[in-house]
Amino acid sequence: MADILKSTPVREQDPAERARNFEEVCYGYNQEEAMDEATRCLNCKNARCIQGCPVSINIPGFVMKVKDGDIKGAYDVISESSALPAVCGRVCPQESQCEAKCVRGIKGDAVSIGKLERFVADYALKNNINPKTPENKNGHKVAVIGSGPAGLTCAGDLAKMGYEVTVFEALHELGGVLVYGIPEFRLPKQKVVQKEIDKVKSLGVKFETNVVIGKSTTIDQLMEEEGFEAVFIGSGAGLPMFMGIPGETANGVFSANEYLTRSNLMKAFDDSYDTPISAGKKVAVVGGGNVAMDAARTALRLGAEVHVVYRRSEEELPARVEEVHHAKEEGIIFDLLTNPTEILVDDKGWVKGMSCIRMELGEPDASGRRRPVEIPGSEFEIELDTVIMSLGTSPNPLIASTTTGLETNRRKCIVADEENGATSKALVYAGGDAVTGAATVILAMGAGRAGAKGIDEALSGK
Amino acid sequence: MYKIVKAEKLADLIYLMDVEAPRVARHCQPGQFVIVKIDEKGERIPLTICDYDREAGTVTIVLQTVGASTERMASLKEGDYFRDFVGPLGVASEFVHEDLEELKKKKILFVGGGVGAAPVYPQVKWLKEQGVDVDVDVIIGSKTKDMLILQDEMKAVAGNYYPCTDDGSYGHSGMVTTKIEALVNEGKKYDVCVAIGPMIMMKFVCLLTKKLEIPTIVSMNPIMVDGTGMCGACRLHVGDEVKFACVDGPEFDGHLVDFDESMQRQALYKTQEGRAMLKLKEGDTHHGGCGNCGGDE
Repeated sequence: MADILKSTPVREQDPAERARNFEEVCYGYNQEEAMDEATRCLNCKNARCIQGCPVSINIPGFVMKVKDGDIKGAYDVISESSALPAVCGRVCPQESQCEAKCVRGIKGDAVSIGKLERFVADYALKNNINPKTPENKNGHKVAVIGSGPAGLTCAGDLAKMGYEVTVFEALHELGGVLVYGIPEFRLPKQKVVQKEIDKVKSLGVKFETNVVIGKSTTIDQLMEEEGFEAVFIGSGAGLPMFMGIPGETANGVFSANEYLTRSNLMKAFDDSYDTPISAGKKVAVVGGGNVAMDAARTALRLGAEVHVVYRRSEEELPARVEEVHHAKEEGIIFDLLTNPTEILVDDKGWVKGMSCIRMELGEPDASGRRRPVEIPGSEFEIELDTVIMSLGTSPNPLIASTTTGLETNRRKCIVADEENGATSKALVYAGGDAVTGAATVILAMGAGRAGAKGIDEALSGK
Repeated sequence: MYKIVKAEKLADLIYLMDVEAPRVARHCQPGQFVIVKIDEKGERIPLTICDYDREAGTVTIVLQTVGASTERMASLKEGDYFRDFVGPLGVASEFVHEDLEELKKKKILFVGGGVGAAPVYPQVKWLKEQGVDVDVDVIIGSKTKDMLILQDEMKAVAGNYYPCTDDGSYGHSGMVTTKIEALVNEGKKYDVCVAIGPMIMMKFVCLLTKKLEIPTIVSMNPIMVDGTGMCGACRLHVGDEVKFACVDGPEFDGHLVDFDESMQRQALYKTQEGRAMLKLKEGDTHHGGCGNCGGDE
C-alpha cells in the first residue's frame, strides 16, 4: 500500500473501447486488491458508515473478514442485512451514503465500501454460496406485487421467516428496474441480476410473470379468492413524465423508459432480437439523473453523438458522480444551464431539432437547489434527430385505483408507514418507489425489509 | 408458457388462435387487449381480444401477418406455446359500465375494417348477451370476399350485418363509408358509432360521422412496448391532451383523435421492420442489404 490516503484503484474497461459495446464498464476488485483496500478500514467502534447505509449493513464487520481473506464469512455478514449485494455494490450512490460517512474520507479517500461489497457478492455468485434456507414453513401465504428491489427483498425476508410467498410481476422478466432500466454495462443481467434472483428463488419464493395487478387480477381478489393473508406492494414508479412542450409526440422523441426498455429488457441493441430501436445519429437526452446518464450512454453505444441537456449546472446533477465521470470519459457532451422550449419537427413528423434557452441559477428553491431562471433573449436551436426525455417518473395509478380503501397522496404515491410499511388498508403493506416516488435501489430494499417486518408482526401476532 | 389450443387460418394472411391464459380469460372485457411474445427473442405485440371462454380459461386472438413477428406467430400450430401472454390490458369499452336499460334504448352502429372485425365481435357479442341486440348494426369492410372473416359469428350476434368489399365481390360494393352514408340516407339513425380497423379507415369514418353528427368511438392501434403505461410509446393527441393508448384507451372519442399524427408515428420503425421481414424471408441467404453493397453500413 503506497498511500494510505488513497483508495485502491479499480480496473475498468478502456473508455474508447467500451463506448462501442454493452460489456460491464467496471471490472471490480480481485481478491488481492479487495484485501488491500480492506486494510484501510479503521474498524471504528462507533461506525458512522453503518448509519449511512439505508439497510445498516455491518460494514466494518464484513470488511474485517475481507481483510482476513474470509470472503464467505464476509458474505454471511452482508446477507444478514442485504438480499442483493451484487446489485447494490454496483448501483448504490455510495458517495452520498455509506462512503460519505467514512472517517477515512475526512482526510483522503473514503474506503471503497461499494466495491468491496461487490467483490464479496460476486465471489458468492461465482462460488454458489447461497443464503441459508428456512427450516420451517409457518403456513402463512403472502403476495408480493412487483419483482423489483423492494419486492425481491420483502419476498426474500419473508421466505427466510418461513412464509409461503408468491411474487407477481407485470413484465415477462423479473427484476423491475434492474432489468428494464439499468443497462447491461452497469449491471449485467445474466451474470448478476438473474443469479441474485435465483438466490431468492432458492429460498422457496414462487414467481408469476405476466400478471398486471389491477387488470389480470386485483389485490382484493388475491386476498378474498386466492387465500393470501397479506400483500406487499412494491410496484415502483414507472410512469414517465414529459415536458408538455410542442413537438413531444413527434417521431424520434422517446421517454427514457421506452428507450431503455427497448435496449435493456428487449435487447434491441442485439440484432438477433426482434424489437427494433431507433438509435439516432445526433441525440439529446433531457434531464440529469441516473436514468438520463443511462439513456445517454446507451445511445452512444448505439452509435450516436449524444448531448445531455440539463437546466441546472454540473454541481446540481442528480446522477451519481461515478456515472457522470464515466459518461464524460466516453464522450457524452454536457449542455448545462440549458432548457428545451420546443421540439422542432419536419413536414413528415420527424424530429429535426430543438429550441432551447440558456438558464442561470437564482435563489435556492424548496428542494434546497438553486432555481434555474431563463436568460431573456438567449434562445437558440440545435439540430437533432432524436430526443430522449428523462424527467423522472411517478407511480402508476393502476394498483391504487383498483384496490378498495388504499390511500394515496397528491403525487399518486401510496401512503405507507416508514417503520413497517402499513398502508390505510388492513394487511396491505407497501414500500419502495410506489411510496416515495423515484428513489434508489437500496432505499427500496430497506422499505421491502420494513414491509416484511410489518407483515410478520401482523401475521404472527407479535 | 401459454398453450395454443386451437390455430386456424381464417383468410389469406389472417389467423385465429385460442390460447390458454386463465387469468386473462377470467377478467377480460370487450375492448381490452393482450400483449403476446413468441419466444425468448421475440418482441411484445399488442393484439385485441376477439373472444374468451371463462370456463375453459382460453382467450381468442386474431392476427394478420404484416411483418416478421406476426409472420413467425402465424407459423405456430395447435399445441405450440407462446412464451408470454399478458392481459387483459387497456380499459373496457365504455358501454360495459353503462346502465343496461339506457343502453337498450340506443341504436349502435359498429364498423369493422379488415382484421378489425375481430375486435368488433366481442363487443357485439357482449351486447347481444345483455339483450341489446335489436338495433346493433354491423358493417364489415374488406378488400375482397375471401378476406371477410368471422361472418357466421357476426351474423349470429348482430342485429343487421352488412358486408362490404372494395372490389364488389360480395355484399355492398365499396368502402364502409359509402355504406354508412347509404344507411343514413335510408333513414337510419344512430346514437353512437364504434369503428375499428386500419387508422386510415377510422379517420375517414370519423370525418363522415362528424358531418353526420354521430358520436364515434375508435380503437387506436399505435406502436406499444410494455402496454402497462410505463413508456409512452403509444402516446397520441386526443384533443389538446396527450394520452397513452395502452392505459387511457385503446378506445377514444374518434372526433378528437389526431389521426395524421398517429399514422406518422406508426411509420417510426418502417425501415427496421422492412429489414426484419427481408431477413426472415431470405433466411440464411440474407446479407443485410442488396447483397452487393453490404447494406447501409
